[in-house]
Amino acid sequence: MQWPYQDERHVLAEETCDVLVLGGGLAGCHAAIAAAEQGKSVILLEKGAARRSGAAGTGFDHWEMACKNPGCLVTPEEMTMALYQEQGGYSNAIGHMIETSEGWDRLQDIEKWGGKIRDTKGEFAGAPFRDDKTGLMYAYDYTNRYTLRVWGTTFKPAMTGRMKALGVRLYDRTEARTLLTCGVNGRTAACGCIGVNTRTARVTVFRARAVVLAMSRPARVWLFNADTPGLCEFRPFQSVGTGHAMGWRAGMAFTMMEKSVRGEFSAAGRSFPPYGTGNNHNTWYAASMVDARGCPLPYVDRDGRELTTVDERYRPAPGQKFFLKGGVIDEPRYEWRGPETLPFDELIRRGYRLPFYADLTSMPDEERRVIWGMMVGQEAKTRVPIYQNYTERGFDPKKHLLQSYGNGWQSAAFLDQERQLFGAPGGTMHDWNLETNILNAFVAGDMLFASDCAGHACATGHWAGRHAAWAANEADLLPADRDAVEAERRSILAPLENRDGLDWREVNAAVSKAMQNYCGGVKNDDLLLQGLQLIRSFRTDALGQIACRNPHELTRAHEVGDILDVSELILEACLARRCSCSALSFERSDSDETRRDAERAFLTVKKSDGKVVTGRAPLDYSGDVTTGYERHKEGLIRE
Amino acid sequence: MNKTPFSLETVPCSVSPLSFDPDKCVGCNACVEACQIDVLVPAGAVKSTPFAAWPGECWYCGACVMECPVSGAVTLRHPLMNQARFVEAESVIKRV
Ligand SMILES: Cc1cc2nc3c(=O)[nH]c(=O)nc-3n(C[C@H](O)[C@H](O)[C@H](O)COP(=O)(O)OP(=O)(O)OC[C@H]3O[C@@H](n4cnc5c(N)ncnc54)[C@H](O)[C@@H]3O)c2cc1C
Ligand code: SF4
Ligand code: SF4
Repeated sequence: MQWPYQDERHVLAEETCDVLVLGGGLAGCHAAIAAAEQGKSVILLEKGAARRSGAAGTGFDHWEMACKNPGCLVTPEEMTMALYQEQGGYSNAIGHMIETSEGWDRLQDIEKWGGKIRDTKGEFAGAPFRDDKTGLMYAYDYTNRYTLRVWGTTFKPAMTGRMKALGVRLYDRTEARTLLTCGVNGRTAACGCIGVNTRTARVTVFRARAVVLAMSRPARVWLFNADTPGLCEFRPFQSVGTGHAMGWRAGMAFTMMEKSVRGEFSAAGRSFPPYGTGNNHNTWYAASMVDARGCPLPYVDRDGRELTTVDERYRPAPGQKFFLKGGVIDEPRYEWRGPETLPFDELIRRGYRLPFYADLTSMPDEERRVIWGMMVGQEAKTRVPIYQNYTERGFDPKKHLLQSYGNGWQSAAFLDQERQLFGAPGGTMHDWNLETNILNAFVAGDMLFASDCAGHACATGHWAGRHAAWAANEADLLPADRDAVEAERRSILAPLENRDGLDWREVNAAVSKAMQNYCGGVKNDDLLLQGLQLIRSFRTDALGQIACRNPHELTRAHEVGDILDVSELILEACLARRCSCSALSFERSDSDETRRDAERAFLTVKKSDGKVVTGRAPLDYSGDVTTGYERHKEGLIRE
Repeated sequence: MNKTPFSLETVPCSVSPLSFDPDKCVGCNACVEACQIDVLVPAGAVKSTPFAAWPGECWYCGACVMECPVSGAVTLRHPLMNQARFVEAESVIKRV
């Protein structure tokens, strides 16, 4: 059949701007808006279409840790330190301090642009989670009120509208491919990026004074299904960690990339669609649960005290200031542990019978309506495939119980080698400006190490955009090396030269199997080194064999190249850490225990002249967070 | 440089997540433009409605349906294996 778009593979275009943003999810849009508000000319490259792209393109329901919202009783400093200590120090204190301090500002911005952040129509008037003065709606801890329920389906359209109003030049369907760098006073500096149109294969050189990378995190590294590849990961299929890959190739430093967890989410194989089965976490917190005989599963507080009312599920325990729940929290320590149904194994031991169900029928009306209708409806990927489709199938929350599978929220149990970068995985190393070791290259959102969540992405995006704008004041527009650009362009388009060869899926499947075999649950040097060799052989022997018939397939081929680079980065990070570390879910059979104390740190890896260079930063390298935040919030201060 | 023209080859998979109703669809392509994965081929190129050329790549977000101005013109459906079960509460819970 005829290709529906133009053939522009012969075109080499050039564009210039002050600030170039790569990735148009929550973080990228906020970076572009913040830089444009500083009066800078801004270009944003988005591989999909910014209006609905990114993990939260179709919405999200919780805005976490907005500590300056008028109802909150926890300060930004307190929350940042709780999140930091909760992860044993392997957490991003800088990112969390920005998130907790500025999240509320970002929410108010979004409301001005047309996003819905409060119950304006009084649909939930009088509910215990609603503040009747402001119409703000809270989740989890109704006493401390740090997390808000929001109408996330309205947010991306509001942000793209704002970008348009500010004159941001938005390049949808443009894959950011290669970070351009040059030498400035003996340092490597970012000076632009090569972009490829995913429909026409037009190549454009984007030159800029400063660059913000906001391309989320890697995926499809261990988990891959060639038949339905779109189902195998939690995050959008086309979002595979290109930012990490291009950064790694350009000498950017990463930390915590040795951290991976046993798979938690997918919708393929044994799993079900997220938020689409009976459970009592996140979107469904704190739904009542029953067993196969209809017996309620008891909720207990951190001391094991059984809770008798629904309201107590949303309150701290006696003597506890606040509890922690949300995207980066898995199993909190005692100090911040919140209400929870008894652990799965304990329930089975006590004779509760499978299957379990979520039971909204017995909940107070407003709690039922807020879970089914608001949260399931505003959460990403729930409006149509869950709320609408289940309703069409006849699901009525007043009448029906929704079955739970596996151990609940995750809806399936994964094997140890089926791993994911999930929760708060590794990412780019950065300073208080959110600048990387590459001068004028900033990062935001899920690309930061130990980061997750929508409010965090918006807050760090805005911060990175501001700081990039200030950096642009001091930076020149540097020329791109013509020969290097031409060589890069040839390599970008090369897969189109192959009409017979490998399908990209075959190579992705090979990488995933290799990572399961050589970088699974328990690691050792022999396995890791063999894995590295195999991954490198895929790059030399298989990558160049991938055949493409059109630009869509070309994009998929590029993604596989990125997944190979990311795999190499992960293997190198695993090799750099010699001693097992439970906080990083990192286990070695050849753990060198003599290194335990020395390795209680952020270990970094980067490439320099083709060699891997390792480094180390103390876990408290952010310094005092209040001082750091105050010192850096109004300007670019390079230490 | 290779001069073979680009060609559109549909890549089938074991499921069909998306269907289009030619009686309802007005061919505006809002769904095509909303999809961040570019799963869909625009209306007018091959058929009167859009269609999924790469159905296996769909991540089931529902953006195409959310942006469609005509209710029911495009439908998204999870694979059969992903249809979670629900039951009448009365059949399980014996209320006193
Ligand atoms: C189903 C689901 C539900 C969630 N619910 C919540 C919630 O309720 N509350 C919460 O706080 N968090 C939630 N999250 C997490 C939250 O959505 C993310 O943490 C957040 O969106 C990250 O923002 P980001 O900008 O870093 O990445 P994203 O928003 O994912 O944006 C990354 C963008 O980069 C683009 N991109 C990738 N590669 C390239 C390239 N090479 N060139 C150009 N562009 C590229 C992608 O197309 C994408 O648009 C949820 C996530 C999912 C998947
Ligand atoms: S459901 Fe999402 S991924 Fe699938 S075709 Fe529609 S917009 Fe694209
Ligand atoms: S958005 Fe709806 S009406 Fe428009 S082309 Fe798609 S299915 Fe047809």
